[in-house]
Amino acid sequence: MAQHLLLGDEALAQGALDAGLSGCYAYPGTPSTEIMEYFQASAEAAERDIHRLWSSNEKVAMEEALGMSYAGKRAMVCMKHVGLNVAADGFVNSAITGTNGGLIVTVADDPSMHSSQNEQDSRFYAQFAMTPCLEPSSQQEAYDMAGYAFALSEELQLPVLMRLCTRLSHSRADVRTSANKAAQNELQPPDAATRRFVLLPAIAKRNYEALCAKQDALVAGSEASPFNRYEDGADKSVGVVACGIAYNYLQEAFGGKCPHPVLKLSQYPLPKKQLARLMGECRSVVVLEDGMPFVEQMLRGPLGNDRILGRLSGELPRTGELNPRLVAEAFKLELSPLPAPSPLVKIRPPRLCDGCPHINSYEALSEALKDFADAKVFGDIGCYTLGALPPYNAISSCVDMGASIAMAKGAADAGVFPAVGIIGDSTFTHSGMTGLLDAVWENSPITVIILDNSTTAMTGGQDSMGSGRMAEICAGIGVNREHIREFVPLPKNHAANVQIIREEMAYRGLSVIIARRECIQTLRRKKR
Amino acid sequence: MKHDIVLAGVGGQGILTIAAIIGEAALRQGLHVKQSEVHGMAQRGGAVLAHLRLNSEPIHSDLIAPGSAAIVLAVEPMEALRQAESLSPQGVILTNARPVRNVSDYPELDEVLAALRAFPRNLVIDAEQMAQDAGNARAMNMVMLGAVSPFLDFPDESLTTVIRDAFARKGPDVVAVNLKAFAAGREAALAVKR
Repeated sequence: MAQHLLLGDEALAQGALDAGLSGCYAYPGTPSTEIMEYFQASAEAAERDIHRLWSSNEKVAMEEALGMSYAGKRAMVCMKHVGLNVAADGFVNSAITGTNGGLIVTVADDPSMHSSQNEQDSRFYAQFAMTPCLEPSSQQEAYDMAGYAFALSEELQLPVLMRLCTRLSHSRADVRTSANKAAQNELQPPDAATRRFVLLPAIAKRNYEALCAKQDALVAGSEASPFNRYEDGADKSVGVVACGIAYNYLQEAFGGKCPHPVLKLSQYPLPKKQLARLMGECRSVVVLEDGMPFVEQMLRGPLGNDRILGRLSGELPRTGELNPRLVAEAFKLELSPLPAPSPLVKIRPPRLCDGCPHINSYEALSEALKDFADAKVFGDIGCYTLGALPPYNAISSCVDMGASIAMAKGAADAGVFPAVGIIGDSTFTHSGMTGLLDAVWENSPITVIILDNSTTAMTGGQDSMGSGRMAEICAGIGVNREHIREFVPLPKNHAANVQIIREEMAYRGLSVIIARRECIQTLRRKKR
Repeated sequence: MKHDIVLAGVGGQGILTIAAIIGEAALRQGLHVKQSEVHGMAQRGGAVLAHLRLNSEPIHSDLIAPGSAAIVLAVEPMEALRQAESLSPQGVILTNARPVRNVSDYPELDEVLAALRAFPRNLVIDAEQMAQDAGNARAMNMVMLGAVSPFLDFPDESLTTVIRDAFARKGPDVVAVNLKAFAAGREAALAVKR
């Protein structure tokens, strides 16, 4: 046994490594990125020859992990919460095919939207796919759950969704790791007679019935889970359901001595037995959960239930992450008042780094836009989303990965001209290429600006597999070579760059402009 | 032993290095540690913070409840003030006085510093100047680490040992500058700590 100071992300990674993982697949996304980075930096993972390279997007990563599971080995796929929207097709259907080697689908949610565009709760996805969900309450549990999740997945032949939250993913704690290292599974793909991975309707129907039939076993698994715990308390006026890390806030609020019965909940579907006891013994039940009111909504039912308290009843804020004070307030514990925020404190938003190539690209774009009063610029997900802030105020939208190109095309279809999509190289290969293919097919009058900085910058500089090959990719997709323009975003090229953007915006057909210069952060790191 | 410390600064100033060194020193003493950090978008020059909790008993929450931190340790004055809500009424606020003016509406520095000096227990120092005097302005975060050190009842040398280890691969000169910066911050804090 050894002790390490690990992020929740890292604890899970080390747990998976110790439990015989053969491959990790992922696309970077805050707060999940550090899982893959841990494998990439780990000498142990190298020695064990664990697959640990980035994937083009979450859907691809999900399918690669399922392929490894099909082959009989233990695999993990990691993503941020909105990444599961991209991977949902593979994820939901992996519950229909079932798995072979253990498969963990790790999804890191971001309540309070520290670095995200929504605070969707991945527990809904596990319920939707009818597959188990684990939600560690601590870094130690994240470590311990990895091996448990692989075993559970292999026992049930289902993917297991591992739900993390920002405050666990990005918080370090002392973690005890095991000296026992499980061997990797042998290569053992299903035999020729196995048809369950072929989701033709006749087979899918059988599989789906089998999945429905497994649901009682899932509930029984939750009832017997070492991670779900009923802690009795003398004061039964109120009972508590404490999900994942919310359990810690409860303990903190009561100084470790909660007088009420508590169901510590870290495995779903809901454990009926423990829940029935809590509901039977307590007059009302407070549900503490980070993210959306997933459990609370189920307990309240569609008609409401005054006994169930939480985010929907107003005892806790409807949105944003919890903290020990909010939990203490929900129980009306005595607290000293907080000072009023000082009027001297101003908002300090993130900004593009000094020397960032996007600054020069936006300066050129802003100047070119002066000639086109009706122009609309559709943005995308990355550092360059900061182009929405002053002094640029250059983009009108930022929705989801790849949306810049497809939204520009849709707006152009409606008559917007010029319509510009602005997207980074990694986002382009994640989800922009398919939208561009549509624009090629219709020769849509849009201008796509690809900011190729040779990396996935926003998440800290991960490899982007299409970097440096943007022109070839666009030509391969079918963009007319004459309207694939390239420039280097530097102040000395400003006038020429403005001219290129102007020309292509005026062109009533599809054009792609590639602004290519390496991210200042990755460049600095290499020089060190 | 129990310490709840909120660290604050601007993305890129190095608060995570401070937190990592304290955390490592605490771990070596067998203390429990929880350290919640900001990664992602805010690291690009935005306001950043970290919650660092040390305890001889197991720690429940990764977050420090607003109004309960014993120490706010900041490397930028407006960021110190932003985290004032975290501080317990008996807490101490320690900050570098040198501003990072990357917003157009940055307040009058004198007013910010006056507001910080109005806290019953405070230490406002020009850590950047002190680091420069020690040999490198970038060792500013080590000055602030030194400034917090008297408030942590760690055994002598426990922090400096980790500093040596952390900077060892950069050579003895870098280690020396960082230790000198640490000592300067510590001295300044000892002068006001009663």
